[in-house]
Amino acid sequence: MILQLNAAQFDKNAPVLYVIVALILAVVVAQAVFFLVRAYRRGVKIGMSKAVLNKTMVRAAVFTVAPAVAILVGIVALSQKLGIPLPWLRLSVIGSFSYETIAANIFEGNVTDATIYVTVALVMTCGMLVSMFLPLITGKKIQRGLMRMRQRDKKWGEIFMTALFLGMISAFLGYIFGGVGEGSHGWIPVLVFLVSAIVMALCGLLLKVTKWRWINDYALPFCIIVGMISAVPITMLLG
Amino acid sequence: MKNIRSFDDNTHLFGRIWGVVAALLILSYPFICLVIFGAGIDWKVFASGISIIVMYCAVGAVETFTYSPMLGSGGTYLGFVTGNLSNLKVPCALNCMEQAGVEKGTEEAEIISTISIAISSIVTMVILILGVVLISFLTPIFENESLAPAFDNVLPALFGGMAVVYISKNWKISVIPCVLMLLVFIISSYATGSGDLAGTLIGIMVPVGVIVTVGSARIMYKKGWLGEQGGVQAAPAEQGEQKKEQNGKGGEENK
Repeated sequence: MILQLNAAQFDKNAPVLYVIVALILAVVVAQAVFFLVRAYRRGVKIGMSKAVLNKTMVRAAVFTVAPAVAILVGIVALSQKLGIPLPWLRLSVIGSFSYETIAANIFEGNVTDATIYVTVALVMTCGMLVSMFLPLITGKKIQRGLMRMRQRDKKWGEIFMTALFLGMISAFLGYIFGGVGEGSHGWIPVLVFLVSAIVMALCGLLLKVTKWRWINDYALPFCIIVGMISAVPITMLLG
Repeated sequence: MKNIRSFDDNTHLFGRIWGVVAALLILSYPFICLVIFGAGIDWKVFASGISIIVMYCAVGAVETFTYSPMLGSGGTYLGFVTGNLSNLKVPCALNCMEQAGVEKGTEEAEIISTISIAISSIVTMVILILGVVLISFLTPIFENESLAPAFDNVLPALFGGMAVVYISKNWKISVIPCVLMLLVFIISSYATGSGDLAGTLIGIMVPVGVIVTVGSARIMYKKGWLGEQGGVQAAPAEQGEQKKEQNGKGGEENK
């Protein structure tokens, strides 16, 4: 086999690993492009404005930049222990930085051995088995259930959807306050949260006064970036 | 109506096919490495990770039932392959749906959600590819200690802006879950004297928050507190661009 090396030749940054990860991620990107084209065509077909669909693409792209850079920081953080290809794969597909870090730490120190590398990669992957397969089994039933609920009572259907999102937001609101018991350091995320919230309120006010609708498009990405930047001086003060 | 059902059926069919292919490829990585390097599996090390696997499989099950209704069919199949749900895909889809002024749960919302998650996935891939190519240049920047707090605080920065928008528009539904979640996390933090527990709690508290919010909203709805004046689902005039566009075209709405 051309690609076959041996355990003694193990390199966690071996070019072949980059190629494998790139091939897997190419399929994932192809899936995203497939669903994008399909949804866009469907939107046009049912009478949605192309301008709205195009604007949605721009908004999603702008929104993604700051969180994606933070994901990249996660790859850098894990790269010393695991090389680049494995964290690149794990943080590009279903999983999370917190899980991958915990899973990677089942082995202490940097991975230099092929068997340990394979074992760590297996633990990282197995933790996501349910996340990968359960939506494929339950997806249709959940969506059909929601559709039936909306058909029975449209207003409750709307409130239900809003409640789902608010439930998630309320949990993360609590999470941000989850470190306040450890002293001043624990208040850093709270202050970052407040800075972001205040910037959003100011954007809303500016939108009301000026009627510049473009503010609406970029308010949330702007809040994220200002909030992240504010974390630096806040940490200097409280850290 | 037949056409709409057929599109929906196909979404599930294609979603499952792509999902199985992607999952098998993702699962294959450790085994391909095993073959390439002629390595084995250290079962002792693997056993030490079983508790972590079980815990995250449980989190995965909970996330499936929590996030699937929010993302719609296409968004679910795509989101559960590309990951980064709570820190990127769900907020991104929510923001795009709100900005487009579509009613959540409709076919329009499904389309906006799918487009936003697809674009977000592609942009993330591009940024990560650029990052991987430029990693030797970027590592000193990302490992700079003074910049670290910025990257550690993406979630507070993201949810700060979102909370203002959604809580202010739906304050009646928000009060009970927000107060409850604040109490749970603040008390747990003071009880343990650290923030370590919050990272574990969040996996459980997202579905708890959802259940509490839906339950309390249902009671309020039954009592008639969420009437027309309740502000529920009311996209602001300046954000309701899809509605405006549709009104101009005679308002085609999904059945």
